[in-house]
Amino acid sequence: MFYREAGQFKSSYKEDQAIFPILQDRIGMGIILLIAFVGIPLFTGDYFIGAIMTPFLILALAAIGLNILTGYAGQISLGTGGFMAVGAFAAYKFATFTFTFGGFEGTMPLVITILLSGVMAALVGIMFGIPSLRIKGFYLAVATLAAQFFIEWVFIKVGWFTNYSPSGVITAPPLIIMGYEFDTAAEKYLFTLTFVAILALAAKNLVRSHIGRGWMAIRDMDIAAEIIGFKPLQTKLSAFAVSSFFCGVAGALWAFVHLGTVEPEAFGINRSFAILFMVIIGGMGSILGSFIGAAFIMLLPIFLNNVPPMIGWNIGVDMVAHLEFMVFGVLIIFFLIVEPHGLARLWTIGKEKLRTWPFPY
Amino acid sequence: MSLKKFVLGALGAAVLAAPFTAPAPAFAEDTLYLPKLVYRTGPFAPGGVPTANGAVDYWAMINERDGGVNGAKVIVEECEFGYNTDRGVECYERTKNKNNGALIYQPYSTGVTYALADRTRTDKIPLMTMGYGRADAGIGTAFPWVFPLMTNYWGQATGIVKYIGDQIGGLDNLKDKTIALVYLDIAYGKESIPIMETLSEKFGFTLKQYPVVFPGIEQKATWLQIRRAKPDYIVMWGWGAMNATAIKEAAKIRFPAENFIGNWWSGAEQDTVPAGDAAVGYKSATFSAAGKEFPVIKDIMTHVYGKGNGSGEENVGQVLYNRAVLTQVFIHAGILTAQEKYGVKAITSEQLRWGLENMKMDAAMAEKLGVAGMGPSISPTCEDHIGGGEFQIQQWDGKKWNIVSDKITPMNELVLPAMKESAENYLKEKGLEPASCS
Amino acid sequence: MLDFLFFVEVLLSGLLTGALYSLVALGFVLIFKASGVFNFAQGAMMLFAALSLVGVQEMLGVHWTIAFIITVGIMIALAWCVEKFVLGKLVNQEPIILFMATIGVTFFLDGFGQTIWGSDIKILDIGLPNGAFDVGGVFIDQLELVAGLTAGALVIILAIFFNKTKIGRALRAVADDHQAAMSVGISLRYIWIVVWTVAGLVGLVAGIMWGSKLGVQFSLSLIALKALPVLMLGGFTSIPGAIVGGLIIGAGEKLAEIYVGDLVGGAIENWFAYMLAMVFLLFRPQGLFGEKIIERV
Repeated sequence: MFYREAGQFKSSYKEDQAIFPILQDRIGMGIILLIAFVGIPLFTGDYFIGAIMTPFLILALAAIGLNILTGYAGQISLGTGGFMAVGAFAAYKFATFTFTFGGFEGTMPLVITILLSGVMAALVGIMFGIPSLRIKGFYLAVATLAAQFFIEWVFIKVGWFTNYSPSGVITAPPLIIMGYEFDTAAEKYLFTLTFVAILALAAKNLVRSHIGRGWMAIRDMDIAAEIIGFKPLQTKLSAFAVSSFFCGVAGALWAFVHLGTVEPEAFGINRSFAILFMVIIGGMGSILGSFIGAAFIMLLPIFLNNVPPMIGWNIGVDMVAHLEFMVFGVLIIFFLIVEPHGLARLWTIGKEKLRTWPFPY
Repeated sequence: MSLKKFVLGALGAAVLAAPFTAPAPAFAEDTLYLPKLVYRTGPFAPGGVPTANGAVDYWAMINERDGGVNGAKVIVEECEFGYNTDRGVECYERTKNKNNGALIYQPYSTGVTYALADRTRTDKIPLMTMGYGRADAGIGTAFPWVFPLMTNYWGQATGIVKYIGDQIGGLDNLKDKTIALVYLDIAYGKESIPIMETLSEKFGFTLKQYPVVFPGIEQKATWLQIRRAKPDYIVMWGWGAMNATAIKEAAKIRFPAENFIGNWWSGAEQDTVPAGDAAVGYKSATFSAAGKEFPVIKDIMTHVYGKGNGSGEENVGQVLYNRAVLTQVFIHAGILTAQEKYGVKAITSEQLRWGLENMKMDAAMAEKLGVAGMGPSISPTCEDHIGGGEFQIQQWDGKKWNIVSDKITPMNELVLPAMKESAENYLKEKGLEPASCS
Repeated sequence: MLDFLFFVEVLLSGLLTGALYSLVALGFVLIFKASGVFNFAQGAMMLFAALSLVGVQEMLGVHWTIAFIITVGIMIALAWCVEKFVLGKLVNQEPIILFMATIGVTFFLDGFGQTIWGSDIKILDIGLPNGAFDVGGVFIDQLELVAGLTAGALVIILAIFFNKTKIGRALRAVADDHQAAMSVGISLRYIWIVVWTVAGLVGLVAGIMWGSKLGVQFSLSLIALKALPVLMLGGFTSIPGAIVGGLIIGAGEKLAEIYVGDLVGGAIENWFAYMLAMVFLLFRPQGLFGEKIIERV
């Protein structure tokens, strides 16, 4: 009744190819953005904004990055944490680098710092993507795992990256853009949200473009894609580059916005696994799925952890944690059985049903 | 209603009121709220469980015996984070505004300590990092909200070298000796390297470094190298599963256990018991004595376990348990000092900072709180968040840890300049002004 | 001369450590071979098996052999549950989905194992030797020697099992072609239960070896990460591959750590193992002994 596209005629190719061709989708998206940009900062507390939403958005950004590589281009990667670390440490190096240019002395603007750190991560990503031309499937995980462990090791060992801090920890400078400091939880959240919203939009457009179709062709069958003219070298490496760019920006945001002081272990192998889980459970080859997956993997355990005390069940915190693990495991299996192609698919199915509601045929 | 039930009830009510938002209804009576980040699960749980039990039992005893601190009930709330930094931050945000605001945090995790450094500064809540965390955090002007309250890793390294010097008849004899530094290759393990290098230059001993890959369950390569290098002493910066493995491997290469000295996170029952006979004679640094003979521990036995409460009797008197109790005693002393100065029972976190900066943990205070002989005397100031601090060397005899050395003071003339330099760097990178202490 | 002895010592100890990795990798291979599932839960299964062994031994106060038999029963029950509630519902799904399902199993087992048996370090002592030999100046760890021999014995037993028994032949048939095997009357469910049980038992043996070394604790499950390069180097489908891969990775990482690590600051073991595996894979993308990947358009 409400979700009906009848009568919405497209009279040009441009309209036909819009990201949200259906009016209701545009309205829905507008409402979501309105809630995210205005509603949440106005009506929720520091805990929700600072400890739930900000890390959720950053991890969702990393999940989008990995989804481009794994979901769209079909290359399994367990090096996400490593690429995030490159972003974080590169951002730190750029931010603490003082340059002099014709008598003008200063540091790089924050936004450029963060974007450049993404570019650094992209370069590193291309380097570790080269083996993907020869190694495929689960075996490819070995190359990205090598990246993960090697990158972590480099940041621990090479003092230059941490400006020779004795413990190998980097400290992010304050977030200042044109003299305005982002220091409350809500401001930091808005800062992150702006980045994530713009980059998610960019990702959505990218996967609908020629490049994105190339990735999907390679994913579905690389030999066939090669025969119809997609060059595997460029297609695979561009996927690695774009994916690592997103991960790098996410890493920089994690260091600068969320934590402030970071050690390389914040981007360890567990982070890589967690983000892969987000992509699989959310839905491979879906930008929306990256958000849903991040919510599932990050928020569900916290929610489960809050449930037993909420219903007045007096058990120790260790027991709560064990239960959280068990229920979380069971829910992963449950959702896979219900919808193996990820939670985003559930939403698609829901939309189909909504179209004919309340009079299905 | 037992304390545990009370705490859990309070927790339940709070969460029921708002599952994803933190503020909870205020209590009418005077209370002191001490949230405790714990890890009773996960790879570091063996060390996390006694630590958590010590803290929870201490405040249960205070509530039971004295009815709180000067009549203000202490509310302890545990939040499990499984040694996972992300969840630690979430726990902090979840608890910080409950019950009129958290007074202090003690994460017992290097990662969470780093992650909370900025947040506690913004929120004006002290962060107690007794015996861990940043080495330069003792500089109160740079880290006004962080309280190491004990000598740091750098001080500890100088003290251990001092002890080795004593063993061989003076620091001058270190000249032709070799000391191997075995450390876990993460931020925590690396903290000791610069000061050990300085020491090696100053006293002329050869320093050999052996990083162990995290989490330290496979160390064969390290010990083959050590066997070949034949060092005179081994100093270890380990944590978790790494320690017991290292102790066993050292015994296998027949390295004399009494020349193997761990830092204070490498010397607990959890490290030596799994290593079995291999651990007999192994030494470690410690700033808190193990054992059950201290009045405070006896009181915990009477008032908590004697009444059928408490969370882990087998941990009572263990190294990590007693260390956690001692940490709470310092907080207790800080609360008392603050209550006296401000004349209120339910102090705020900012008042507690003043209390911690001005408390005097001397013999009289230690006697009063039942910890005489259990830990160091300290008197921090606004500039100096360490306040003296000494430690001792303990040795494992196969059944328990025994103190085998006098109190050791670190070589502060080496440590302080390095701390100041590092703290200044931190302030510069953060773009912060030093806090005022006048 | 001394240096040569040291080299032999490092090589030998690397090979033995490698055999310990192989024990963990074997479990992965068995399951992948028979059901095409990359079993992320192998590390958790190993921990759970070892925890159960010690837990049963402590709880009932029985000799370890009896505890061992009870643990075998527990592992069979676990295999049945995995088949019944997880894999049986996900027949014919893509490999990555099955992989994700085993992650669910991992989370469940981590929580379940700790709920029942606690999170403390448990000491596992079934009388395995703990010291070290000194053969002409070469240092050999007795426990690792036992582990190496056990790994060898396990491979021989598994080889006999696969080649000479009826179940073994059925297993190979399923590995070759699910549908053809079903059409000749082999029950897929039964085979899966058998193979998960066998993988559980291999996990138990690996858990005993590593548990005697480190004590049974949560960190045991992290060893799965050391088995991954072994697995990839040897090929996901080859039992001999797991052994040879283990030996190459073990010896390679120890030699690298000692002779190269010194020059670059040490602690390179972890990433070196993966780099080594990657270099091998560049030449043989299906792993050393893996089945050749045939691509059709």
